[in-house]
Amino acid sequence: MKVERGVFAPARGDLDVARLRADFPILAECVNGRPLVYLDNGATTQKPRVVIDALARYYERDNANVHRGVHTLSRRATDAYDAARATAQRFLNAASADEIVFVRGTTEAINLVASSHARPRLAAGDEVVVTAMEHHSNIVPWQLACEAAGARLVVIPIDDAGSLRIDQAEKLIGPRTRIVAVTHVSNALGSVVPVARVVELAHRHGAVVLVDGAQAVSHIAVDVQALGCDFYAFSGHKIFGPTGIGVLWGRAPLLAAMPPWQGGGDMIRTVSFEKTTYAEPPFRFEAGTPDIGGAVGLAVALDYVTAIGLDAIAAHEHDLLAYATERLLGIPGLTIVGTAGDKASIVSFTVDGIHPHDIGTVLDQEGIAIRAGHHCAMPVMKRFGISGTARASFALYNSRADVDALAAGIESATRLFA
Amino acid sequence: MSGDLRELYQQLVFDHYKRPRNQHVLGQATHHAEGHNPLCGDEVTVWIDVADGIVRDVAFEGGGCAIATASASLMTEAIKGRPVADVERIFEAFHRMVTGKDGGTHAGLGKLEVLAGVREFPLRVKCATLAWHTLHAALERDSKPVITE
Repeated sequence: MKVERGVFAPARGDLDVARLRADFPILAECVNGRPLVYLDNGATTQKPRVVIDALARYYERDNANVHRGVHTLSRRATDAYDAARATAQRFLNAASADEIVFVRGTTEAINLVASSHARPRLAAGDEVVVTAMEHHSNIVPWQLACEAAGARLVVIPIDDAGSLRIDQAEKLIGPRTRIVAVTHVSNALGSVVPVARVVELAHRHGAVVLVDGAQAVSHIAVDVQALGCDFYAFSGHKIFGPTGIGVLWGRAPLLAAMPPWQGGGDMIRTVSFEKTTYAEPPFRFEAGTPDIGGAVGLAVALDYVTAIGLDAIAAHEHDLLAYATERLLGIPGLTIVGTAGDKASIVSFTVDGIHPHDIGTVLDQEGIAIRAGHHCAMPVMKRFGISGTARASFALYNSRADVDALAAGIESATRLFA
Repeated sequence: MSGDLRELYQQLVFDHYKRPRNQHVLGQATHHAEGHNPLCGDEVTVWIDVADGIVRDVAFEGGGCAIATASASLMTEAIKGRPVADVERIFEAFHRMVTGKDGGTHAGLGKLEVLAGVREFPLRVKCATLAWHTLHAALERDSKPVITE
């Protein structure tokens, strides 16, 4: 789409959304008799044809176990799995592919770090710092680790807009801090956390920083070396890849110092009943047969996103976000929860007199999929004094027409509940 | 607007959502329990005062969506003054109705029949039954919070 500036500029960014939509077979589905309007991308994204085909092709032609057989298929499967790791490395600009650990998803990645990095190091009196806008998966693993060690969980508050209180972060991150675990983008509010700034504060005190990138990777170009963090985690299914596969990136020296967290095949060097020695990272953390097909599909998804370009995606989504904010604020009784200056792709809202669940049901009847509830971020809901919100979350294939459908659907709910 | 949606959100449902009956703390109660719908984070507390095998009074607090709140409100009306022995039977009939397992008969449910439209919305069954499960727990004197899952 080439638009002459100053003459007619309908949307910033140069994404050909109509063409991109054609890449996603499910977007042609009808739901409850209406064309699907999928606005639940924060929960999971849809899959492009190339990813679906890659999974089928892998199982049709290459399927075998990795790092085991001498036969041709095992070599092909191993090559594909290793290539997927290299793709993830390039995607995050990691220094080495050995820093990429395949996991089931962000939750498993955080649990791995909490269990294998944090638990052996944490002692009574130590502190683990999180933010008030974390998903439960970036709270509970740290609570468990703190409980086991007698360490303390410290929470950096957010302001009324849903932005991180950096002034508080400066006070709360200190000499007792061992780990700072922050989300990159809040799943409930859309706020972008200034990760580089948090890293600077944490490193000043020698603390290690883990970033939960689940909501970020499909919206923001991530360069782990530029961010300066120590661990970065994301889920494949939130970036157009399959479910069941995700990535933990960790700095090589940190991974090398971590004991295994699950025992089994593929994570060992030698096994005897007297003494087992472990493989080097990343294999040390990948016990058992991995999700090879998933990794192959994820790599194709990452390449798909890279080919479109995250800067173009971000520009398109910012335009959508601005448009959605404007349209929704025009609806009487609607309040947007999360109004940070720096947001990515998420509009969380409440409507006076209508519970988010009822909004969700009415919208579903119109073929519009959103999320309603606490978004696995109950502390965030408590912070704003609500039990839940309705949340529309955008992806590269969403258009202004989707936003119009959403606004019309909400208006139809307000009429029904009038 | 679809017919299913109109059937789900009938005027009586809206009436009980916007003006819930018996929505207050019950000072004198023989049983009470808290219920929690993990899907949406909604919470409800149900109090019931039983004497001589009769539900003398019943009240609730909390609720949540239109379906959960209306259902709680209608429930209190349906069981107040009834023998405790009937409560379980009504709950069973109600549950069969909202899950579509009563073949559309839902005989004898009276006003509760207004929630029959829930059967077309399986994701909302938990909303419709939260107060009922909580009531059930209260009568069993179960001190643990109820989770509709």
